Amino acid sequence: MSDPGKPSVPGGSSGESRRLSRSDAAYVARLARLDISDEELDLYADQLEAVLDYAAEVDSVDTTAVAPMAHPLPLVNVLRPDEPADSLDRDEVLAQAPASEDGRFMVPRILGEAP
Amino acid sequence: MGPDDPLELDGRPAPGRAEISEAGVTLDGWEAVVGLEVHCELKTATKLFCGCRNSFGDEPNTNICPVCLGLPGSLPVLNAAAVEMAMRIGTALNCDIRPSSFHRKNYFYPDMPKDYQISQYDEPINVGGWLDLPDGSRVGIVRAHIEEDTGKTTHLGASGRIHGASSSLVDYNRAGVPLVEIVSEPDIRSAEQARAYAAELRGILVATGASDGRMEEGSMRVDANVSVRRVGSDRLGTRCEVKNLNSLRSLGRAIEYEMRRQVDILASGGSVAQETRHFDEVKGMTVAMRSKEEAFDYRYFPEPDLVPLAPDDSWRTRVAASLGEMPAARRARLVELAANASSGPHLEASLSNQVATVVDLGLDDLVVAAISAGIDPSLALARAANEAAANAEAASGLDPSAFATLLGMEAGGKLSATQAKAVLAEMLAHGGDPETIARAKGFEALGDDELARAVREAVSANPAEWERYQAGEEKLAQFFVGQVMKATRGRADGKAVVAELGRLRG
Repeated sequence: MSDPGKPSVPGGSSGESRRLSRSDAAYVARLARLDISDEELDLYADQLEAVLDYAAEVDSVDTTAVAPMAHPLPLVNVLRPDEPADSLDRDEVLAQAPASEDGRFMVPRILGEAP
Repeated sequence: MGPDDPLELDGRPAPGRAEISEAGVTLDGWEAVVGLEVHCELKTATKLFCGCRNSFGDEPNTNICPVCLGLPGSLPVLNAAAVEMAMRIGTALNCDIRPSSFHRKNYFYPDMPKDYQISQYDEPINVGGWLDLPDGSRVGIVRAHIEEDTGKTTHLGASGRIHGASSSLVDYNRAGVPLVEIVSEPDIRSAEQARAYAAELRGILVATGASDGRMEEGSMRVDANVSVRRVGSDRLGTRCEVKNLNSLRSLGRAIEYEMRRQVDILASGGSVAQETRHFDEVKGMTVAMRSKEEAFDYRYFPEPDLVPLAPDDSWRTRVAASLGEMPAARRARLVELAANASSGPHLEASLSNQVATVVDLGLDDLVVAAISAGIDPSLALARAANEAAANAEAASGLDPSAFATLLGMEAGGKLSATQAKAVLAEMLAHGGDPETIARAKGFEALGDDELARAVREAVSANPAEWERYQAGEEKLAQFFVGQVMKATRGRADGKAVVAELGRLRG
């Protein structure tokens, strides 16, 4: 992570007047690894747009005198001492996984490198 | 892990490497522009956000809990020691320590069961700093932020690599281990300088107590952003990020290869593609990683389960006050101490490499104790940088006064150099004080009479050699030293033998 900037926001390139285009909805679905049909895409695009509209109501509040905050609670430095606690039993944990081998979780073949 | 020796500490130009380095700086009128990203695992007892042990080499998946497995309902709580270590690193790198916050970096990959990594994003704890290298150059530090490490994946399959694997195995012991990622400015201009930067940074990380610096265990991992440009240009070329640099040697080799590759492309009219490349240690080349269909969109957003971090002045002051000397200051102190104690007008150049080794291995106390006890600095540095360094782990636990006593016995002629080395090896292997060990080994001091007699016997047993030595063939002195050593089973001091020979020759 070497190029921090503004968190990316989908949309803006479709030329549509909508807040959230169909292609934005498809992009969000792909990021979430959701396989959805064209009909569902229309449905979710409309719903997501309604969510954005609702959230946009916050924009109408004048915040010019409010400093940006990362958290609503007036708290900083919530820390714990560096003291070991018990971990879970491995066999019990692995028994919850779809597959395991040699004390490790077994997952489907990985395509591509770690991000 | 590759075949390189990852513990190689020598980031400084070694004799015979200077020409290569020079060629690297200006290859056919081109220069490299390199920035390094170093991931440093912090030496905490527990993980960043949970109480699972941070312990390398444990049985897979024995240090896992609901938090680091990302089970629903679990909540992270930040480790105070990790924050403190990050502040120590930032202070040592001359950074501003600022109020900071955490973000989620979202991606799908089985090395993180949560499907996101918690990292500092637009508000890192340490911002803007620098690191001075032994050659006098300065490399800027952009930031040094806190984040959590990922799990370890092992890919099954004939090739041992991802391609062709049928499934992958995951160990989450490392998931959630605290990291500080140190991002340098693109101020580095050669492979040699990159190695020197990584070596110096490693020394600083160890000196802060935040890291064990073990590259072979992945405690320190380096990625290099490499581009090239015409010498004199101030524009930045298209860069490639090179991963899988498991040793300082790999780092240097990868940059040299990557620079050559990019210059060849540009010189023949092509253009460099911005991509991530993997360094193949066996072939000594970088290889493009499987290209992604679309750029990763990590959808960073503020971590709602963690509140901001805002170290106050007193915390920052306390951290700064608790930092010990950094390697550069320790080297300077040893050089000054040695120079003041030296009989000669100046310190031999070779001693500065020994000083660097001593500081890298944290054996300063041995040398300081020996020199303070009146031992010649060249002997103190040689025994520390060679014999003690050969067993560095044991040497760091050696009693400095015992080391000084041993060297006093050697300097006073009670032990020959060979005997002193044998006693030191025993002290390192099993502990004990030098006098007892010397007695147990039968290293009784060879009396002056005994030595003189042994020399006379060697001379009369080898009349032809003695004649040649008398005629001025100086190298035969070593022949007689060898003969005397054999007769006394190594108890004689070589210098004393030569002195006796000179006396006999008249």
